[in-house]
Amino acid sequence: MEATALSFFIACVTAAGFGIAIAAFGCGIGQGLGLRAAVEGIARNPESSGKVTVTLLIGLAMIESLCIYALVVALILIYAHPQAAAIAGLLGH
Amino acid sequence: MEHPYLFFVKLFELIGLGHFAHAYPHVIYSWIVMAILIVFGYLAAKAVTLIPTKGQNFFEILVSGLEEFSVSVTGEEGRWLFPIVGTVFIYIAACNLIGLVPGFYPPTASLNTTLSCALVVVIYTHIIGVKYHGAKYIKHFLGPVWWMIPIILPIEIIGHLARILSLSFRLFGNMMGHELVLGILFFLAGAFFAPLPIMALGIFVALVQAFVFFLLSIMYFTGAMEHAH
Repeated sequence: MEATALSFFIACVTAAGFGIAIAAFGCGIGQGLGLRAAVEGIARNPESSGKVTVTLLIGLAMIESLCIYALVVALILIYAHPQAAAIAGLLGH
Repeated sequence: MEHPYLFFVKLFELIGLGHFAHAYPHVIYSWIVMAILIVFGYLAAKAVTLIPTKGQNFFEILVSGLEEFSVSVTGEEGRWLFPIVGTVFIYIAACNLIGLVPGFYPPTASLNTTLSCALVVVIYTHIIGVKYHGAKYIKHFLGPVWWMIPIILPIEIIGHLARILSLSFRLFGNMMGHELVLGILFFLAGAFFAPLPIMALGIFVALVQAFVFFLLSIMYFTGAMEHAH
């Protein structure tokens, strides 16, 4: 049983690592698209740069929050695993 | 996950309340933030003159800037909402920024603080909706046509619950992630001042997250005040 419990925990940590990597990938693309549109808007109309910048920052914070939800799930899996007590018990500690 | 060396927690240990202080550092540091904000507010309002001096000037710029921005989103009828959203912004910004001082822990790095702020804002949204529309506030949740109610009503309710989750987790995740990165970098390369660029980024993130919370609160209040589609 010890080997199964340990390999379960290893699988959880691996999943956490891949999860945050994929989330960061998606977040990078999303924020890049938003940033491209903002810079194009400023290039077309330099006077609107104040409003465009504020809107850009708000949009980037929204997109970033999706990546942060994935980060929170990854942190839960690594540090606050719901089955931590059961796993520790099975590992004989 | 062990907490790093926290100044006020050590202080509480000296008085003998060590167990309480170790379990609830976010409560202690939110008291510190409250004390700082009250002292600054008192000092700024003590000698209000027509031609403002430095301290009064800073607070006037801050408060009037926030008020004009919030009124520009909600319209003139939303001016009475400014005290709560202004307080939310200043409190969350102060909580976030205090984490950058060595030996201090940001209260918003704990889910308890952020969840409490998010719950206050979302429940206040519903209070505003009932106050402005009475029983017809339910029309906000029912959609445009009567035969789509079984689909739209659960979606709207879940959307409102998701607002609480998203507000609290966005702020918590940002601050907790920042603390974790600082802790890990300090452990890996603390002697080479490796955490310093992250702390510079942290100032920016602290202000942006407080502003995003403030802006979302205003938008939810505006949505509750306006007529349903």
